[in-house]
Amino acid sequence: MNIIFAIIAVGTIAAAVAAMSLRNLVHCALALTVAFAGLAAAYLQLGAQFVGFTQLLVYVGAVAILIVFAILLTRGSEPPQQSVLSSGWPAGIFVTVIVLGVLVYAIGKSSIVQAAAPAQPEVTVRQIGDALMNKFVLPLEVVGLLLTAALIGAVIIAMKEEGKK
Amino acid sequence: MSPLAAYLILSAFLFAIGLAGALTRRNAIIVLIGIELMLNAANLNFIAFWRFSDHPEALTGIMFVIFSIGVAAAEAAVGLALIIAIYRHYKTANVDEVNSLKG
Repeated sequence: MNIIFAIIAVGTIAAAVAAMSLRNLVHCALALTVAFAGLAAAYLQLGAQFVGFTQLLVYVGAVAILIVFAILLTRGSEPPQQSVLSSGWPAGIFVTVIVLGVLVYAIGKSSIVQAAAPAQPEVTVRQIGDALMNKFVLPLEVVGLLLTAALIGAVIIAMKEEGKK
Repeated sequence: MSPLAAYLILSAFLFAIGLAGALTRRNAIIVLIGIELMLNAANLNFIAFWRFSDHPEALTGIMFVIFSIGVAAAEAAVGLALIIAIYRHYKTANVDEVNSLKG
């Protein structure tokens, strides 16, 4: 528990709350980008440099741009006139409070979280590449196939509907 | 509070914020953003457990997060394509008004 973790935690949670509660969707997307960057800082703080920079590339770079494009294509940039909350929102808040309570209770009661922190592990990108090309080569191929299928599927889904009256 | 517990609590709060957004907002894009936040909270748990495990040199946590980021990127692309298709059909991205499967 140090001051850097406190800054990262407060910034990330504030940005996440803003992303979920602002009325203007473009502001939501920008706050979400800040939350993703805060998570990348948390990964760097935990000694997972490769994952931290992957998070920056994929989320702060690609996913944020994708979300902004979707918001602009669906004309979500104009603030809504009516309420931003869906009809069943009290039930949603109720479920959320229960989930958060159970999680915090479980973390507080757990014995494994009491262990002292071991020394910072040294992981080089070379080790990660070795593992990806040897031990984890099958999952890597499967993810490549999945990404290809998702790319083609996204294009087909978003293509203009044809043969419709 | 130990460092691991602090990261797990941070992750639990991020998960709860994402869940609240996914369950209470009416715009489909915000629902998808909430799901992305929940996925990221799970990734933070993986990295925290990897960092404070006894054998971090096995790299299991890092590998899981890398594949999870890849799957989440695919999910975001397909989800946003679905939202654009729904918007083109219903002229709205409001999840309350999208209430029929074959319209």
